[in-house]
Order: sequence, then structure tokens, then C-alpha cells
Amino acid sequence: MSEIFINGIGAVTPQHTHDNARFLEHIEIYDHNNLRCVNPNFKEFIPPMELRRMSRIIRMGIASARISMKEAGVEMPDAIITGTGMGCVEDTEKFLISMIDNKELLLTPTSFIRSTHNTVGAQIALKLKCHNYNFTYVHRGFSFENVLQDAIMLIREGDAGNVLAGGIDETSDNHYSISGRLGFWKDKPVRNLDLLKERSNGTIAGEGSVFAMLSNVKGEKDYGRLTDIDTFISPESHLYTKQRIENFLGQSNLNPGDIDLVILGYSGDIRYDEVFDTIRNSLFSGIPAAYFKHLCGEYYTSSSFAFWLAAQILEKQFIPAVVKLDDLNPNGINNVLIYNHFMEHHHTLMLLSK
Amino acid sequence: MPERIYITGLGLISAIGMDVEENFASLEKQYSGIGEIQYLETIHKGEIPVAEVKATDEELFDRVGINPVKGYTRTALLSINAAREAVEMSGSELSNDKRTGIISATTVGGMVKSENHYLDFLNNDNSNIYIGTHDCGDATEKVASYFGFKGFMTTISTACSSSLNSIMLGARMIRNGKLDRVLVGGADALSRFTINGFNTLMILDRDGCKPFDENRNGLTLGEGAAFIVLESGTSSIKNNRKILGEVKGWANANDAYHQTASSPEGEGAYMAMSKALKMSGMDVTDIDYINAHGTGTINNDLSEGKAIEKLFGIKMPKVSSTKPYTGHTLGAAGVIEAVFSILAIKNRVVFPNMNFKQPMKELSFSPVKEFLEEQKVHKVLTNSFGFGGNNSTIIVSDVS
Amino acid sequence: MEELIERLKGEIIEVLNLEDVEPEEIDADAPLFGEGLGLDSIDALELIVLLEKNYGIKIEDPKDGKKIFFSVRSMAEYITEHKGK
Repeated sequence: MSEIFINGIGAVTPQHTHDNARFLEHIEIYDHNNLRCVNPNFKEFIPPMELRRMSRIIRMGIASARISMKEAGVEMPDAIITGTGMGCVEDTEKFLISMIDNKELLLTPTSFIRSTHNTVGAQIALKLKCHNYNFTYVHRGFSFENVLQDAIMLIREGDAGNVLAGGIDETSDNHYSISGRLGFWKDKPVRNLDLLKERSNGTIAGEGSVFAMLSNVKGEKDYGRLTDIDTFISPESHLYTKQRIENFLGQSNLNPGDIDLVILGYSGDIRYDEVFDTIRNSLFSGIPAAYFKHLCGEYYTSSSFAFWLAAQILEKQFIPAVVKLDDLNPNGINNVLIYNHFMEHHHTLMLLSK
Repeated sequence: MPERIYITGLGLISAIGMDVEENFASLEKQYSGIGEIQYLETIHKGEIPVAEVKATDEELFDRVGINPVKGYTRTALLSINAAREAVEMSGSELSNDKRTGIISATTVGGMVKSENHYLDFLNNDNSNIYIGTHDCGDATEKVASYFGFKGFMTTISTACSSSLNSIMLGARMIRNGKLDRVLVGGADALSRFTINGFNTLMILDRDGCKPFDENRNGLTLGEGAAFIVLESGTSSIKNNRKILGEVKGWANANDAYHQTASSPEGEGAYMAMSKALKMSGMDVTDIDYINAHGTGTINNDLSEGKAIEKLFGIKMPKVSSTKPYTGHTLGAAGVIEAVFSILAIKNRVVFPNMNFKQPMKELSFSPVKEFLEEQKVHKVLTNSFGFGGNNSTIIVSDVS
Repeated sequence: MEELIERLKGEIIEVLNLEDVEPEEIDADAPLFGEGLGLDSIDALELIVLLEKNYGIKIEDPKDGKKIFFSVRSMAEYITEHKGK
């Protein structure tokens, strides 16, 4: 069975992640609860005539896709697969609000055509004149993992050698306040680096775009291999989750003790974080653990940030202090497990290995 | 031997019928579901024709035995109606093992509620229950919870090709040994958002769509849902399923020409069709009928027609678009037309392309004009194309 | 006419988000589509709405746009001819 190598990665997130030469050297600190991306110079990636109609999510998507392709030295991927929980929030809001305000009169098409969920994948294909397989997954907290699952299948089917795979979501002021009505976010502004100290309900919102160039051949850059993916919904108990993780590792002939770093989806929401404590204490005690949502905020494809983090750690063999949950230091990092959930509903596992 | 992908259940709700049987009866009688807007509140009532499912939300609740409660969008209700029929027909249960899955598709998810409650979303807590039904995953999870299902699930959104892609993914997951059976399909409810959106593109035909006609002037929007139960050959035989057909080939390609328009020569369409054909191991002469995407826009029908012509040449099978019956149901279109394709095989018929009068001057072929019975229909190719150049084809056949 | 042309240039820049373009850079007689400014079919639809919104002129068939929107001058001429009709 074909191995899946990560040959390039590109990330536009609320941290300075678009330059792969640097790895969380300078941390962006936020004192509000709706984190936005640190923008690269989009003009380096997109001509101005095209930029003019592009909302933030499209810019973020194209730039990060370009970075990952360039790094992997791929000009034409055999497939483009994207995942997004909310899709093109800005364009959707724009068309919706103008439809409501203008009572369905005198509307213009641009925001409507750019509101479809596959816009980012389609725009990348259009730019590259890429006629190959193009798919978009939109299942809430599974969206990014579904992308990776499909990429693995495509490569193993022999239909693709290089797959451009990405997870993208954008936030907006309206999106933040609307989802806030569901109790997603903390009532009071919290400093992002203090996310786990607060001990209260809710988390902080975020956004980001992470693309990876996955391949059946090892490239120059060594971000490791994507070994396996699992998704499961609303498990009935922490015990079920624990067994699911053990089975998942077993599929790759690994035990929890073989994991060198576990990246957990702590969001600082005391209603939902308990399972991470349970898993950490029961399966991974004595094993270095890390977290990430204080850097990128919470969104449906936030696990793509963890994927980026794991790939960087595997490549650089270094765990930045800002993500560490303990003082443990592994001797060499070969296997990284990511366990995330979105609001305790969508649970996902990703295994990356050297 | 790769696993065979059998079709063991069908479920369908559209403007021409509440279930598969009613849909077939309407196709046979050449009854169109297109008419004046009755259910949706919009200023375009009386001006833009659409193909609505002829039922209120309450009636849709009633048909599946759920007490009307808040928190269900019309998209979710259409989904549950079609999914229930497909699962019942297959005689299978959506058991909670790791071998069963649900894959659905939609373009605008719960927009039909969001657009009415958006000012509440912004200003007060009155409509909070519909905040969580806005996204595309909601209807899929409503279907899952209707069956008490907690296994593998996902949702696809690639504009108007969405649900043909859910069939494709389901078939691939079976072939990859990830699943034994999977409920695949899609749904979209009509919304002001989509009606106004397509209206800004000036591609809504004020008289109802006329695919492949020289005087066609745009599409007509519809709503609906359809689901298909796919099951591996091994599992179908072990469980003694009634096999309704087989998925033989599939492909997705990108036109990479324009965000909304198709290329004049239908490059992406040609690639999707020829790739699916190659995968099925068939020759162009094996295809008996093409259920075309055929939206009725000037652009699509020319582009798709050219691509069909290029691939099939003088060996042209029968071609028709069934959109004059159901309207263009966006995220549901692919799977609705896949169900029609299976019905064509099962009943040995070809459906006419209603509203067709005058051949397009650019094309050498014309679509089927009459309801044809006692036909040799063993293998059918169906297309679905979407914004962003997303082009998909699947090929279904009877079981030889 | 020249006043209308100048006004139109500003409006086109605004509705089409031509952030990097100054009004004086647009040649009133140069083609707006393809070569020249490089606009496309979606821009044409935006311009149709501009005519209706700002000048009360309704274009029913998008195909007519080709001639009307050939250049800023042809747009201005069309508006002068049809305004208030």
C-alpha cells in the first residue's frame, strides 16, 4: 500500500505561518475573541485584476495552496480537494444582506457566484488550468479530515500521485456574533495565550487556511507521512473515545506508548475539555502533549492548524514552548497523534509519522 | 476482482412526486412539476416559474412520522423523506457498525430558514434554533439521527454536481473496502437566495426551461431530494438483497474555464464522460441512453451537447434532459437523475425531453421527443455539472 | 457627454472594485472587455445593474450588453439616448 508523504505545506492563519522558514518564532497576541489571519502580501500570489473580486477566504486559500505547491515543486496537482465547515461566509452574508435590504431588487451576481462552497477549490483549478479531480467537503468538524481521507484513497487507488489538500474557514463579525448566540464563545475578552487559564464556558473564534501537497513519492522537504485518519460523532462516553483511539493506533500497529507527541484540541471551554484530560491521563501519561487553539481560535477546520503544527514539528524535530502542555521532551519525534473535537460533537484522529 | 457496487434502494421526492413510484408515473404521463410559486415567499411569485415539491413543511413532517417541531429546515425534511424510502426499499438497516455510512450533498443547506431569520440572528435570540441548521452538514445529521445512526458520515458541496459526487464517493469507499453499504444522495430546498442569485445571472427562463432547444433561454429552479443505497457485491449477496442496478463507472473533471460558464467545446464535460466510460470498460456503443445535465441555459446545452457529440460521434445514443419535469434541483439534481436513469433501465423506457421544439443549429443531434417504451436500455450515462467547472459523470447498468 | 463619461468611469471603478485603476487611466473609447480593461461576462452583469440602479435603464437581454458596454463612450451614448424613456 502506498505511503502518503507530505511534501509541502502552506498556512495562512492568525499566526505568522505563511513563511515556512520560520516556525512560531513571533507569536501574535490577541486580546479579543475573534482571531483573524495574519495576511501575507496577496499580490505576490494573485494578480490585481483577479484580487478585486476575491473575498478573504479565497485569498487565504489561493495563497496557502500556492505556498504548499511551490515547496513541493508541483505545478499541476492530480487532484484538488478542499474542506470548509462554513464556506464563503463573507460573500454569502453580502448577498443575503443585500437581498434582505433591497427586498430582492437590483442585486448583483458577484457575491452570489462566489458564495458556493467549492469556490476556493474551483478558483485554484481555474488559475492552474487544472482539469483534474476537484472535490469539496462541508461536513462541520469533519471537513478537513474528510479531505485527507479522500486524498489517501485517491493516491492508493493509483488515480493520483500528487494531491493538493486543504482546509479553509473564514470568520466575520456577523458570523462571530451569530454563532455566539449558541454559546460558542467566551463572554468576556480573553488573552489568547491565557485560553486554558480562564476556566469558563466558551472558547475563542478563529479562522485559517492550511494546504498540504500529499504525494506517493517522498519529496525534498520531509514533513513526514500521513498515516491514518478517523472521524466519529458524539461518542457516548470517554471510555468509548479511549477505545476508539487504541483501535485507531492498533490499525497502524502502534500502542499509545509509541506516540512521541499528542496534540490535543483543548479549547478552554470547561464544558468540553474534560475528555482531553481523560485521554491524556489514561493513554498518554508521561508522553509530551501540546495544544493549539490558543494560536488559531476555534472553527470547523481548526484541526488543519494542528496538522500544520504536527508536520512542522516532524520536519524541524522541535516542539515550540508556546504549544507545550508539559515540560517533557521526547528523544526524537517519530509519531504524532492529533486528537481534536469540535464542541464535543465531531471527534477526529490524525496520525502523522516520520 | 474489485467489489461490485450494487444499487439496492431508491428514494426520491421532487416536484413531480412524493416517492419513486409517483415520480415515474409523472415521467410517463409527461407531467411537469414547473409552475407558479406556491410555497415560497418571494417578490418573484407569478413572475419566475419554479418546480416546488407539492407539500408544506408540515406535510413533509407528517409523511415521515415526526411531530412538527422547530429546528428542521425544508432541506432536512426533503432529505429524510427520500432517505427513508431508499432505506426501506433496500431492506437494510443503517446499523451502527463501522461498515455503514451516509454521504449527502447540498449547495445551500439550510438557507431556506436562514434567509427568513437572518435579522433575528443579528439582533436577538428569537430564532437561535435555526443558526445551527444553516450549514451544509445539518441535513445529513438530521437524516442520521432519524435512523439513530452514528457511523461514518460526510457531506459534499460542489455546486450543481454535488450529489452525483456523493454517489461517486460512496462507490469509491466500497471499492476501497472502507464500507459495505452506504446511503448516498443529496437535497436542496428552494430559497430566495438561489432564485435571486440565478436571477442576477439572467439565466432563468420566464416560460420554463427548454433544454437543447434552439430558443432555450435559461434554466428553471426546482427542489427535491433523492437517496440511493449502494452495497458491495459481497454484502448484497450475503444479505440476499434485491439488486436494482449497478454503478459501473464514475469520474469527476474540472472544466477550468470560468467560475460559472462552461467552455464552448465542453472540455471538462468531455473529460468526465470519457473517463467514466473508460473506467466502466465500455465502448460508446454500449451506452443506450444519456440523461444529460441539460439545464436549458444557452451556455450549458451548447457546451454539453458539443462534448456529447465529440465523444459519441455518429454512434449517438438516445439523449434527454429531465429538468423540464423537476426543474434544476441544484445539489439534488445528480442523484435525482441517477434514480431516473435506473428507472429507465428497470422499465425499459426513455424519457422525453419535454418542451423541445427546434434543434440547436450548432448540434447534429436532437433529444428524444416522446416517451419510448419497450426499449433496449441496459446502460445509462448521466451528467451533472456545477459552478466552478465541476463536471461529473456516472454510468449505471442492469446487472449482467 | 464628457461629464457623463467622467462620472461613469468613477462608477465603473466603484462597482467593479477596480482598486488599482484611476479614472484618467480609462480611455473612453477603448474596449472595456477582453483587451483594454479586461472585464468579463460577470462584470457585464454588474454593469447592467449599474444602469438600472443609477440611470433607471433596464436591459432585459444580457446579449445586448456587448454593444452597450463596448466602451465608456458607448455606455454614455446609450444612457443619453435611453434616459427617461
